Amino acid sequence: MSYTFDFSWIGAYLPVILKGLAVTVELTVVGGLLGVALGTACAWARALGPAWLKPVVAAYVEFVRNTPFLIQLFFVFFGLPSLGVRMSELEAANLAMVINLGAYGCEIIRAGIEATPRGQFEAGASLGMSRFETFRHVVLIPALQKIWPALSSQIVIVMLGSAAVSQIAAEDLTFAANFIQSRTFRAFEAYMLSTALYLVLAILLRQALRGIGWTLFPRRAAR
Amino acid sequence: MTAFTRRSALSLAAGFAAAVIAIVHAPTQARADALADITSRGTLRVAVPQDFPPFGSVGADMTPQGYDIDVAALIAEKLGVELELTPVTSANRIPYLQTDKVDLVISSLGKNPDREKVIDFSVAYAPFFNGIFAPDDVAVAAIEDLKGHSVGVTRGSVEDLEISALVGDDVAMKRYEDNNGTISAFLSGQVDVIATGNVVAAAILARNPPKRPELKFLIKNSPCYIGLNKDQPELKAKIDEIVTAAKADGSLEAISQKWLGYGLPADL
Repeated sequence: MSYTFDFSWIGAYLPVILKGLAVTVELTVVGGLLGVALGTACAWARALGPAWLKPVVAAYVEFVRNTPFLIQLFFVFFGLPSLGVRMSELEAANLAMVINLGAYGCEIIRAGIEATPRGQFEAGASLGMSRFETFRHVVLIPALQKIWPALSSQIVIVMLGSAAVSQIAAEDLTFAANFIQSRTFRAFEAYMLSTALYLVLAILLRQALRGIGWTLFPRRAAR
Repeated sequence: MTAFTRRSALSLAAGFAAAVIAIVHAPTQARADALADITSRGTLRVAVPQDFPPFGSVGADMTPQGYDIDVAALIAEKLGVELELTPVTSANRIPYLQTDKVDLVISSLGKNPDREKVIDFSVAYAPFFNGIFAPDDVAVAAIEDLKGHSVGVTRGSVEDLEISALVGDDVAMKRYEDNNGTISAFLSGQVDVIATGNVVAAAILARNPPKRPELKFLIKNSPCYIGLNKDQPELKAKIDEIVTAAKADGSLEAISQKWLGYGLPADL
């Protein structure tokens, strides 16, 4: 059986596709930055924080890691308005992504912190640094360096998971593909294009994260 | 002749005779007068939907219930005959009518030129339209008033295509993946206004929500008609008369309020 491909609609729907790309990139950048920040804060709280804070953070992390992202998204977008908290679909999408990456990032970064040798903490204390200064100047960067590949993977996973935000009418790349399909009925071509674009975005994101790793982290001497 | 051959010859002859009898007594498409048949038989046979609430569905006690069933009961009562309901689907409702398994099709049937070639339609008896719905406190009376509002719609539906063609970028169209997403968005207040069919709006109203979708204006009207066979002028005239009288004396309005949650539009 043969199928004649027809991509002639790309010109007419280019604005929709570009808008979808822009929204997905924005969600990834904001979600990635704020998510890693939230994850670092939570990781510090669980590993080195005060005793009363640990169960609070643990509850948040376990809740987010054990429920589907789509349900979290619906919770924020459809559920919160009943409590009086109304936000637009982009705000809801960003919030859900930050919360999601924050929880997974917390566990990944905490693994890096807990892999720091005890001697580092003692060295910081012996130089008269406060616990926070020790964390910031001595512990954090090597910890991030250790887990950077895992954290990059998680950021890419969250970017690909952002496809779910099309369910709340946020106009991302998946929404653009669905929209084109509903107007042209060319499902195969529409989803081929969006798959290709996600692939390109994911590859670019991984390269960008590798680049960030090269700049931020000291390189080890070859063994 | 062996026993076998004689038996086969007898069965052949019996089969031939049966075929002749069947052809002679076969129901013909052209009936003299369907209305007279109904009255003399004492039963009105109506095809109704079984899986399309609020027009027709099966209740908890396994009896059919819905807008179409109530209209069928009203017509049978006015004709002074018993009612016999036949549940049908969208695919087989017109064939059932054409093969005289039923006298009338009351099954949220829309009128279009292809169907008009094979069956006749009565006057409209039920509203079936796509429109803009919003709570009482939102004032939109026409397409121009949608400016500045967020309009929820199901992606790819008739209302999506119609509204998208009519509005510009100043109206925020929110397209959800399915009817449930659109309904959730409306009920949670994420959109002020929804563009949907009256059946979906009736489903929302049936849940007695805090935000009630009231019809603001129509996008596209395709009311439901009763289907009957061609060349039956007496039956058509009688059915039209009954439906028109029901509109005038309020009984059809009562059925609409009961099943759709709102009254008949003025131009039905």
